[in-house]
Amino acid sequence: MSISVNKINKSYKNVQALKDISFDVKPGELFGIIGPDGAGKTTLFRVLTTLLIPDSGNATVSNFDIITDFKSIRNSVGYMPGKFSLYQDLTVEENLNFFANIFKTSIQENYDLIKDIYVQIEPFKNRRAGKLSGGMKQKLALCCALIHKPTVLFLDEPTTGVDPVSRKEFWNMLKRLQLTGLTILVSTPYMDEAALCDRIAFIQNGSILEIDTPNAILNHFSKKIYNISADNMYQLIESLKAYEHTYSAYPFGECIHYSDKRTDLKINELYEFLKLKGLDHIIIDQTKPSIEDTFMALAN
Amino acid sequence: MENVIEVNNLTKTFGAFTAVDAISFQVKKGEIFGFLGANGAGKTTAIKMLIGITTPTSGDATIAGFNVYTQTESIKRNIGYMSQKFALYDDLTVKENITFFGGIYGLNRNTIKTKTRELIDELKLEQVTNQLVGSLPLGWKQKISFSVALLHRPKIVFLDEPTGGVDPITRRQFWEMIYKAANQGTTIFVTTHYMDEAEYCDRVCIMVDGQIEALDAPKNLKKTFEVDSMNEVFLKLARR
Repeated sequence: MSISVNKINKSYKNVQALKDISFDVKPGELFGIIGPDGAGKTTLFRVLTTLLIPDSGNATVSNFDIITDFKSIRNSVGYMPGKFSLYQDLTVEENLNFFANIFKTSIQENYDLIKDIYVQIEPFKNRRAGKLSGGMKQKLALCCALIHKPTVLFLDEPTTGVDPVSRKEFWNMLKRLQLTGLTILVSTPYMDEAALCDRIAFIQNGSILEIDTPNAILNHFSKKIYNISADNMYQLIESLKAYEHTYSAYPFGECIHYSDKRTDLKINELYEFLKLKGLDHIIIDQTKPSIEDTFMALAN
Repeated sequence: MENVIEVNNLTKTFGAFTAVDAISFQVKKGEIFGFLGANGAGKTTAIKMLIGITTPTSGDATIAGFNVYTQTESIKRNIGYMSQKFALYDDLTVKENITFFGGIYGLNRNTIKTKTRELIDELKLEQVTNQLVGSLPLGWKQKISFSVALLHRPKIVFLDEPTGGVDPITRRQFWEMIYKAANQGTTIFVTTHYMDEAEYCDRVCIMVDGQIEALDAPKNLKKTFEVDSMNEVFLKLARR
C-alpha cells in the first residue's frame, strides 16, 4: 500500500478532529477525501505528512512509519497545503529553484514531470509569487510540490475558491500526473469532483462515513429520488417540508430532489397535494441520485 | 416591478488595465441575481463599485435609488453585505456580534433586543448565544452572518461567495434562507463558484474579462447554449 492508515485519533483542546480513521490507498491511485469545512481533512493531511503527531493509531506512507520514519516521508512526498505557503517575495523561478535545492535536485532533472504545468506559468517566471493570480499560484505550488519527484502527492483542497474552468483544468493536470504512476491523495469540499477520483472517502465531523469507488457509492443509495419543479421554488420547498410523507427535500439546481418515507410513492397524490398548496407547472420525475445526495443521506 | 439596481456602462480602469468594461444591467425588487465569472474576471471590482467603496472611472449606477458617485453613505445604510472572507468577529460572542452590527447599522437598543431574540429563535441558537463565534462551525457562522446582514431590513443584500466550503446540507439551508428573504421582497445579489447554486437564481450574469458575456434566466441560458447545466454554460463562456 502507498498509504495505510490505522485507527488514527487526534484531538485539539475540546474538539476531536479525527476519530478512528482507517483507510488504505493503493500505489498509483487517485484517492479523494471528500468533506465540508471542519470535517478533519487538513488535520488528516498534517498527520500523514508528519507535521502533527496523532494521539493514537498508526499510519505508513510509502511504507515509512509517520512517527519513526518521519524524515524519510518528508523526503519522498509532495505536499500542497490548502493555504498558499510559498515565498511571496521570491519570484516564480526562485521559488521553484529553492524547493529543488532543498531536496538536492534541480529543475532540469525532473523537468519532465512539471513541464506541462510549468509552461503555463513560465511567461511570469520573473514575477514575485505574491503578485500572481489565484490560478497561477496554484500551478506554481503544484510544481514546487512535484520538483523532487515524490512517490506520493498530498493536495489539501487545491480547488477551494477556484472557478469551475480552472477547477476542470486542474483535474486534467492531476489525471495526467497519475499516468506517471504517482499516488495522489486529494481533499475537496466539491462533491462533483468526487466522480473524478478512483476511490473516495466521505468525511464529516472527524469520522469516515463511507469508502468506495464513486459508482459503488451511488449504488449504496437505497431510496428513490424524484426531481420536482414548480413555478415558485420557495413555496415548493415550504410545501414539501410540510408534507407528512417527506423523507428529504433538497434544492438541486432548478429542481428539488425529493425522497419519500414510504417505499412506493404515489406521484398523483403528491401532485394533488402541491396543487392544493397553490403551486403550478408541477413536474415530478424519478431521477438518479448524485454523489451529493449520497453524502447528505449519510451525513444526516 | 421596480428596479433596485440600475447599472449603465459602468467602467473601472487601473492604469492601462480595464477591470470592468462598460457593464450595464438592472436588478428588480425581490430578485435573486447571480453574478458569476472566473477568478479575475472583474466581479470583485464591480461589486466594490456597487456597494460604494470604489469610485467608478466612468458610467452610472444607482443602488436602491442612490448614486454610486455622490451618495455612497446612503448606499451603505441601505444594503447588507456578507462575504466568506469577512463575516463576523470571531472573538465576540454570537450575541455581541448581533449587538455590534445592529449598532453599526444604526438600530436603537430596543430594536436590537427584539431582533436578537428573533434571530436566536429562528436559527435555534439558544445553546450558543454566549459562545465565541470563532468556536462555531463555518456553516453556522455563515447563517448567522446572513441574518446579521438583514438586521436593518436592507433593500438589497450582497453575498460574495457565501457558501464556499460549507457542507451540502447547510449550503441548502442557507439557500432556503435566501429564498425566504427574496420572497419577502429583499433583492439578493450573489456570487458563487457552485454552478448548481447558479441555477437557484432568477437570473444570472456571467462576466468574462471585465464584460458581461451573458445575462438571462438559467433556463434560457441552457437553451441558448444547448447544454443541460449551468456548469456547461460556464465552461463554454468563461474562457475566450
